[in-house]
Amino acid sequence: MISPCDCLSGACDIDDDIADPVLESKAAPSRETRGYVETVETCGAVDGPGLRYVVFTRGCPLRCQYCHNPETQGRPKGDLMSAGEVLDDLARYRAFLRNGGITISGGEPLLQPNFVHAVFQGAREAGIHTALDTSGFLGAKASDELLDLTDLVLLDIKSGIPWTYRKVTGVQLSPTLDFARRLDARGNRMWIRFVLVPGLTDGESNIRRVANFVAELDCVDRVEILPFHKMGETKYSRARIPYLLGDTPEPSPDDIRHARELFAAEGVTTA
Amino acid sequence: MERTAASNPHPLRNPDPNPWRRFQSGDWQGAIDVRDFIQRNYRPYDGDFSFLKGPSQRTEKLWDKLKSLLAAELEAGGVLDADTTTVGRVASHGPGYIDQELEQIVGVQTDAPLKRAMLPYGGLRIAQKALEAHGREMDPETAKIFTEHRKTHNDGVFDGYTEDIRKARSAGIVTGLPDGYGRGRIIGDYRRVALYGVDRLIEDKREQHASSDGEPFSEEWLRQREEIADQVRALTDLKTMAASYGFDISKPAGNAREAVQWTYFGYLGAVKEQNGAAMSFGRTSTFFDIYFERDFAEGTLTEEEAQEIMDHLVMKMRIVRFIRTPDYDALFSGDPTWVTESIGGVGEDGRPLVTKTSYRVLHTLYNLGPAPEPNLTVLWSDRLPRAFKEYCAKVSIETSSIQYENDDLMRGYWGDDYGIACCVSAMRIGKQMQFFGARANLAKAMLYAINGGRDELTGEQIAPASEPFAGDYLDYDDLVARFDRTMDWLAATYVKALNIIHYMHDKYSPEHLMFALHDREIHRTLACGIAGLSVAADSLSAVKHARVKVVRNDEGLAVDYRVEGDYPAFGNNDDRADAIACELVERFMSKLRQQPIYRGAEPTQSILTITSNVVYGKKTGPTPDGREAGQPFAPGANPMHGRDRKGAIASMASVAKLPYHESQDGISYTFSIIPRALGKSPEERVGNLVDLLDGYFAGDGHHINVNVFERRMLRDAMEHPEKYPQLTVRVSGYAVNFVKLTREQQNDLINRTFHGAF
Repeated sequence: MISPCDCLSGACDIDDDIADPVLESKAAPSRETRGYVETVETCGAVDGPGLRYVVFTRGCPLRCQYCHNPETQGRPKGDLMSAGEVLDDLARYRAFLRNGGITISGGEPLLQPNFVHAVFQGAREAGIHTALDTSGFLGAKASDELLDLTDLVLLDIKSGIPWTYRKVTGVQLSPTLDFARRLDARGNRMWIRFVLVPGLTDGESNIRRVANFVAELDCVDRVEILPFHKMGETKYSRARIPYLLGDTPEPSPDDIRHARELFAAEGVTTA
Repeated sequence: MERTAASNPHPLRNPDPNPWRRFQSGDWQGAIDVRDFIQRNYRPYDGDFSFLKGPSQRTEKLWDKLKSLLAAELEAGGVLDADTTTVGRVASHGPGYIDQELEQIVGVQTDAPLKRAMLPYGGLRIAQKALEAHGREMDPETAKIFTEHRKTHNDGVFDGYTEDIRKARSAGIVTGLPDGYGRGRIIGDYRRVALYGVDRLIEDKREQHASSDGEPFSEEWLRQREEIADQVRALTDLKTMAASYGFDISKPAGNAREAVQWTYFGYLGAVKEQNGAAMSFGRTSTFFDIYFERDFAEGTLTEEEAQEIMDHLVMKMRIVRFIRTPDYDALFSGDPTWVTESIGGVGEDGRPLVTKTSYRVLHTLYNLGPAPEPNLTVLWSDRLPRAFKEYCAKVSIETSSIQYENDDLMRGYWGDDYGIACCVSAMRIGKQMQFFGARANLAKAMLYAINGGRDELTGEQIAPASEPFAGDYLDYDDLVARFDRTMDWLAATYVKALNIIHYMHDKYSPEHLMFALHDREIHRTLACGIAGLSVAADSLSAVKHARVKVVRNDEGLAVDYRVEGDYPAFGNNDDRADAIACELVERFMSKLRQQPIYRGAEPTQSILTITSNVVYGKKTGPTPDGREAGQPFAPGANPMHGRDRKGAIASMASVAKLPYHESQDGISYTFSIIPRALGKSPEERVGNLVDLLDGYFAGDGHHINVNVFERRMLRDAMEHPEKYPQLTVRVSGYAVNFVKLTREQQNDLINRTFHGAF
């Protein structure tokens, strides 16, 4: 079990503080289970197959330099929503979700695994496809029951080198890799995502390490290279968080092609 | 004007002795019934688009010529040439060509392409002003005739207008009324020309005339008799016009090219004599397909030739022009003509009305490139073949040139042979028309309610004086009651204006040819409209759920509002706000239904602004929803930009709640998205757009404009953010609303991120 206190970024306050009764609740997941929800996007089209009802949860132990939702970082707070409320709202969009489903993203959804569990349980009962968008850092918090209810895991592997991973995210790499192996062994389908940031994650050895790791997994249906961009920048000043990538360029088409080739060299086709 | 057969590549050929060969017989032979002909003869197609062919050499050459003419038109400031002497009528001008050797479908509005006709029957001063705006002057003799000898529609209207109407008009609470330009939104059944030939149509009209001989006198009886006689003259003129191009259209078309040409002649006659705001084409592609299939069966036509015919028809549809005044251009910007062609849909027997020609007409967007005209409108049904749905989505994504309307919703009202006039107005083709009514400004009406009928910008008393609201904070129940009374006045004033307009239009500028291509008994609707729905609904929601403080000027006029707290806004699939919007639609419709209406027309309304949402916004002071003075309204039924925070589908769901039954002239919604936000790969985008359309229409959404665009559109979005309220930039899992970015970020996005092909 990884202690979140092993991080570099001060994200450890999440477990240091007085336990959050919501996050620590041991009650069986149900429609009453509550969670911290930042916002809902009813028209997601890139976070899983088909059209997605995307729930962005609050709270995240990571401090990814390129995070586009910095307002969700740290300890979750604010209003709570019950799984039942999410499910009732979701049900209103059924007609749109024939080939899509619900995606829980964040933030880091696994900060509130019971809530994710409760929502996915209801979605499964309604026959709606479920996807979990996670960094994998808190993968150990996902129970087997929750993973049984998860049709797809969108797993971000932000780097293949522990030191680089720490630099990018503020936390350790190994929990994410452990989670990937566990998912693979369980037969959970995965999409692996890798964000290409010039000067940060675009080193050849870094990309090779990610590719090499992914190549050994059997349950990966897709690998996506997501080019870094700065459209989340304004949120930083609003959230009074320093933005470290102000001078970082977005990757060129050549950079992206090169990254693809590095993946391909390891036998991994990228979307 | 006479042409010699020798110089014509398509010499006046003898009418086909057996034009109906191979067709299934039926009721359509004994009576004028194009729908019956289609139902008995069309062959549904559920395959994919792989059969389509690219442009022929002739098409490429002709389109190149036309493109340089279009460029010249743009360079000339929007009008290439305009007639200043000859009054436009069906047969007023001799033939005109782009390139006679190349054109497979011929006919232009005057004697040269892009030369605009002079149509003073609607209003002399307006026709003069339009010419002057483009550096021309009307021939003094013509001007004299329309001053001394001939009254115009516009003259008649102002003879009838009341003081109330004049004030409402100049204050901008009703705008865009067709009192000086053609009302349009009438679709002749141009297919009748091809299927029956003009002689048969004339014979039918003569029978109609004779059949009313024994009926007792009434003004309506006599008016109709006179109109039918005029229609016969218009049909005779149509034959003369076609003959000038070398075609004898007195008998039915004998093959596909003739069927398209005959049909187009019918339409051309209409746009030669009428400058209606929207001059729509109808629902022709599946009708044409029957002829194409027959030619294929007879071995007289190839797929290349079939596509060429459609490409050439569409080129003609793209160059329909009217000369307009600057005021008009401000209201309906972009020189639109709404040559709307309705495609697809499903028949009452459940068979999709999709044929290969449904594909061919959409394919013109590739062979000729994207364009706003013709206004290609897909009638969407859950039961359309999957391959066709996917093709439409692909074309939308690649061209942003298609709009969609809910056939499953409309079929119950209008059957399976209706067409869309303009943007969203459905009508049974050849059986129904509308009296176009532009729109009233609901948001401004609310301000009048607060100010006791005075205009918030000028202080002038426009609506009847009442006690203005005197408190500091608006009260919901009080506001609803006041607003209701203002709506009573607005509906009465507005409908009275429309009655005057259409009475005079019928009298002084009737569309004889279009009516000649209708049945004797026409179902008429009086198509009213509202603008500012989301502003009005959000204002009421703000008053109900937050606190809205009134700010008054020295004269006690409420001139601004301060919203304290949050309120649920229309566009988030939140019933607290959406129910208010629905209630407004129902309430105003019920007021319209109480008015006396000209010529037995049935009142309807639309929630549609075209581009006039900007002008309406400009003429409206600050509103209780927190909108600033002059800020554009959202277009049509769209939620206000930036207030829909739950994503596009929630926004669509809110719009889909607006009751079509109370807004039978249509409910317009504009949806804009960048390709990558719609999915990662082209295939995923197609699948997702199909799902979006299926979902929206399954929830009873009526209309949707789909924009999927890249840099070019984003530049436009920088200048007109109100048109792109939901432009979501979602790249690499990052989600940002484009219009909320700073200008620098927008530039950055356009200049750097989008030049790549990833």
